[in-house]
Amino acid sequence: MRTTLLQMAIDELMEMMPWIEDYFSSFAIDPAEIGNLKLEELGSTPGKDYFMEKGTTYHAFIDGFFMFIEQVKALKQDSGFSINSLTVFPGRNKNGETEAFSVELKKGKVTAIVGPTGSGKSRLLADIESLAQKDTPTGRSILVDGRSPTDEERFSTEGRFIAQLSQNMNFVMDLSVEDFLTLHAESRMVDEIHHIVQKIYDTANVLAGEPFSRETPVTQLSGGQSRALMIADTALLSPASVVLIDEIENAGVDKVKSLELLVSNNKIVLISTHDPLLALSADQRIVIKNGGISKLLKTTDDEKKHLESLEKIDRKITLMRDQLRTGEEIDLSDLLI
Amino acid sequence: MRLVTVAGPPSSGKTSIIVRTVEELKNKGFTVGVVKFDCLSAQDEELYSAYSIPVRTGLSGGLCPDHFFVSNIEEAIKWAEDRNFDFLITESAGLCNRCSPHIKDVLAICVIDNLSGVNTPKKIGPMLKMADIVVITKGDIVSQAEREVFAYRVRQVNPRGMIIHINGVTGQGSFYLAKQVEKTSSVDTLRGATLRFTMPGALCSYCLGERKIGDDRQIGVSKLVNFRGDD
Ligand SMILES: Nc1nc2c(ncn2[C@@H]2O[C@H](COP(=O)(O)OP(=O)(O)O)[C@@H](O)[C@H]2O)c(=O)[nH]1
Ligand SMILES: [Mg+2]
Repeated sequence: MRTTLLQMAIDELMEMMPWIEDYFSSFAIDPAEIGNLKLEELGSTPGKDYFMEKGTTYHAFIDGFFMFIEQVKALKQDSGFSINSLTVFPGRNKNGETEAFSVELKKGKVTAIVGPTGSGKSRLLADIESLAQKDTPTGRSILVDGRSPTDEERFSTEGRFIAQLSQNMNFVMDLSVEDFLTLHAESRMVDEIHHIVQKIYDTANVLAGEPFSRETPVTQLSGGQSRALMIADTALLSPASVVLIDEIENAGVDKVKSLELLVSNNKIVLISTHDPLLALSADQRIVIKNGGISKLLKTTDDEKKHLESLEKIDRKITLMRDQLRTGEEIDLSDLLI
Repeated sequence: MRLVTVAGPPSSGKTSIIVRTVEELKNKGFTVGVVKFDCLSAQDEELYSAYSIPVRTGLSGGLCPDHFFVSNIEEAIKWAEDRNFDFLITESAGLCNRCSPHIKDVLAICVIDNLSGVNTPKKIGPMLKMADIVVITKGDIVSQAEREVFAYRVRQVNPRGMIIHINGVTGQGSFYLAKQVEKTSSVDTLRGATLRFTMPGALCSYCLGERKIGDDRQIGVSKLVNFRGDD
């Protein structure tokens, strides 16, 4: 294949794999300008000195080109790839006592992690993020689809497995919402970029409550809008099958819809929370005590029955918070339920 | 003794990830020394010392930092060998995007952070392009999408390298870097070894201490930009 591609013209290659433009651009080469040349001719035009100037050599450039093709193909295949389950095997709590049982986390299910601040909720999320293999302070180990993950899968998969969302995360790119989403979609090798960008934008606006335009720079979104965009983007565009959420209750997004969105996109969702509404929207909850998993509670039918009224209360409190913030009088009329 | 070169833009997290990786190596019973190469000043010595990591600093001052690195790396190796270290890790700031301290057959690590912006990988040059391992830090404070885009951009300029995500603050991921570092083979001397990339072809008047501006002041290789273009 290598020889065939080397003898093809850049134009032909571009037609076959438009994304190779990304590789060329990192050497400041515009493929349109050298469209008639064969790949193997680039050693003479732009020439060896040109590659030298760009911090490489012609041969390294060509080798890199073929590796880039391999990587992108892997990336495309990954889009169809997903994990069905994670199993957390017991480690030890802060007293050195072994946790009593293992926990299974399944695709399309939400698991809440509850417990006092400082009890070890974030530690559990970190163990899952690094797919611990008895080599973290807790000694837990995590199986992926029933087997131990390889080191490559644990540390080097460029976030293909696990996505994270926490209060500490902010957008740093200097781009509008639309350009930002487009850039992400391009790097994910999505075919219908316009379509997916529109979908994420619409979804984020539903989750955010306060609408925002596509032209807004991502760095200027409010806390709630940022979180909403992050959630919609992760659900609809990230290849990760596992989503770890660290306390988003005060983020100003529609919490229940956010979880539903992630679940309907077949993610394994873990959420560390103090919020009763979020905890009861989950399918099960892990109780953390003193650094260890102490209980696993399935959400009961009775609890689920009350979800709706819980949601009502939550909406009411959000409304009152907004009224307070904007200096209005707080409407107490329908407070008694 | 095994040698590893770590380079990356200022504040990308080099010292943080080296400290974490050395801790992992120490836990496995290895001894590790660090040499920090910098231009004007370096505060890293205190940090390494706080973690009881033996460290030496070399400041290039008025000299080309990468040339300075090459002149001093053999001495650094001697120091490490005298101390019977299993590993010597060098940290250099990579201030000049044109150069890189990476040496053929010596494990080369480039550290770059998620905050530096998606266009940074393209700007960095050989230090990133020719690295065996690219460590990406500060993933804890940017969005998932930005992490994915950033990693893709690194791939674009260095499809060969292995990408490892490390949180420089908690050390998450350094365990894996330590594993890779452990796999490198040892070097006795660097005499005759080759840099992965040529330094600029210049012996210039400014290298020799010139400060005045003007075309009559220039010697050596130089190049003129056409700012006015075609107009
Ligand atoms: N949030 C966060 N901060 C980091 C991370 N890695 C490094 N830092 C911080 O970035 C700053 C610069 O790190 P340092 O290791 O000194 O960078 P160096 O100049 O490349 O050696 C320090 O304040 C670190 O604590 C990371 O992964 N996440
Ligand atoms: Mg440093």
